[in-house]
Amino acid sequence: MTIHELRAAIEGGRCDPRQVLDELLERIAQHNPRLHAYIRVEPERLRAALQERLQRGPRGRLFGIPITIKDNICIQDEDTGCSSRILTGFRPPYHATVIERLLAEGAVVMPRANMDEFAFGSSTESSHFGPTRNPWDPDRVPGGSSGGSATAVAADLALGALGTDTGGSIRQPAAFCGVVGLKPTYGRVSRYGLIAFASSLDQIGPITKDVQDCALLLSVIAGQDPRDSTSAPVEVPDYPASLGQSVSGLRFGVPKEYFVEGIDPEVRDAVEQAAKTLERLGMRRVEVGLPHTPYAVAAYYIIATAEASSNLARYDGVQYGYRAANGSRLQAPGSRPPQGDLIEMYLRTRAEGFGPEAKRRIMLGTYVLSRGYYEAYYLKGLKVRTLIKRDFDEAFERCDVILTPTSPTAAFRLGEKLDNPLQMYLSDIFTISVNLAGIPALSMPCGFTASKLPIGMQLLAAPFQEPRLFQVAHAYEQATDWHRQTPAIALN
Amino acid sequence: MAVVSRQDIEQVALLARLKLEEQELATFSAQLDEILKYVQQLQAVSTDTIEPTSHVLPLSNITRPDERRPCLRPEASLNLAPARHGQLIKVPKVIE
Repeated sequence: MTIHELRAAIEGGRCDPRQVLDELLERIAQHNPRLHAYIRVEPERLRAALQERLQRGPRGRLFGIPITIKDNICIQDEDTGCSSRILTGFRPPYHATVIERLLAEGAVVMPRANMDEFAFGSSTESSHFGPTRNPWDPDRVPGGSSGGSATAVAADLALGALGTDTGGSIRQPAAFCGVVGLKPTYGRVSRYGLIAFASSLDQIGPITKDVQDCALLLSVIAGQDPRDSTSAPVEVPDYPASLGQSVSGLRFGVPKEYFVEGIDPEVRDAVEQAAKTLERLGMRRVEVGLPHTPYAVAAYYIIATAEASSNLARYDGVQYGYRAANGSRLQAPGSRPPQGDLIEMYLRTRAEGFGPEAKRRIMLGTYVLSRGYYEAYYLKGLKVRTLIKRDFDEAFERCDVILTPTSPTAAFRLGEKLDNPLQMYLSDIFTISVNLAGIPALSMPCGFTASKLPIGMQLLAAPFQEPRLFQVAHAYEQATDWHRQTPAIALN
Repeated sequence: MAVVSRQDIEQVALLARLKLEEQELATFSAQLDEILKYVQQLQAVSTDTIEPTSHVLPLSNITRPDERRPCLRPEASLNLAPARHGQLIKVPKVIE
């Protein structure tokens, strides 16, 4: 069931939200042990939260509706841990702004959708709590880092979810799981209470079963927030109003740089078919160039790790989270002079608290920011970012939206890329430029491989043009039935 | 030739406050070397006249009125500390 269907049923008095939650919890009890979309679910707390909502409201647009939350968005007094050991025991003393906005519409928030540790990954395998599995084929990854949110939505263990996207972490798992995911324009949604990965790239966004739900959730969470100085002073349009409008006469751009070597032919064909569908709907295809695309992954892994290494410096075992037990003083790395007890505590806390991918990114980020390398790496990365952004500025002079595949392949197997970080990074090749340029992008299902794995296509627009994305995505969705197909597991 | 030496990796680990095992040092040396070699392709891009973009929005100097506002109770924050002593957070010895 979608959010908008449930909303209509609740408002029409045809449906008791308590029964909906009970059925959801039953499905979670049945399937979560295998899929591991949620790190932990506490049925009694959720029932109590729903009861409180039903009694006291508010009767908003999400009244009585459970919304699943990725584990890096702060919920007051609920364990929030970025799927990391280092945040063990952390219960935020405040809500993220997006949580306040969901609650103000009457929603029930369901915590702890699994994720890659600190959102570092494209497969949800780097979670301290173990991987999430793809509901279409449990031997495959759900994508990442918002793999828990995407799996929960696809397997009908959630009505809708919030994820976060720094380099594709909403869109790539949405593609792998056959659902809709939106990375909003940078600054569209407040990041207050989002545990930071890369502050100039991170955005919170919806993962849903269809485009209408996506528009509804964005309309709830979007808007300027005095507590996030990077949230944009731009009015929030009526997103649902953009649904159902004709797309005839609009232009979609197809960048040749996204149809290159390494792309799975099944993915290429599905997106080509989608282009034909858009043409049948009256849209005009134009070829566009995004010539700096080949440099996006390199620029991204400099900028994102540099920001991450700074953001993660705060995890030192002092103010919150995990602290290594006191032990005998060990020798610091290499043959260096003995460190003081406090430094020793930092070294051990971080060594024990972070997993391998977090350590790798902290190391890489520290390296590219260190004296002697800053200009060659970090500054160079920022300049290439300017060029990537310009590519999009120029392309959007010639078209209203851009159509690309979301990922070069469908879901890969668990363990397939775990020992090769560079291969894992390259799986984000089609999603990363969007974050560097700060533009909005939506991934939605556009077909299946021969082995019945979902294929995702991506629609990109100029900054704050989310209504255009919803308009085109909804028209495509109405013309196809990919979004109505569900994994066998969701039917049980 | 390697872009990063074993010595670089040890120095970076210390700066990043990560105590790495011998095995991790070896693995990370090889992996970071591979990643850094990959990112060196950026050197092929001419950027002499290009300004860096650290942030995509044209926002600067965001201010708010300098007024008293509610904030967290000290107890709400102190309760999160792994070790505390009254109204203080307890840490290992800082000075030799």
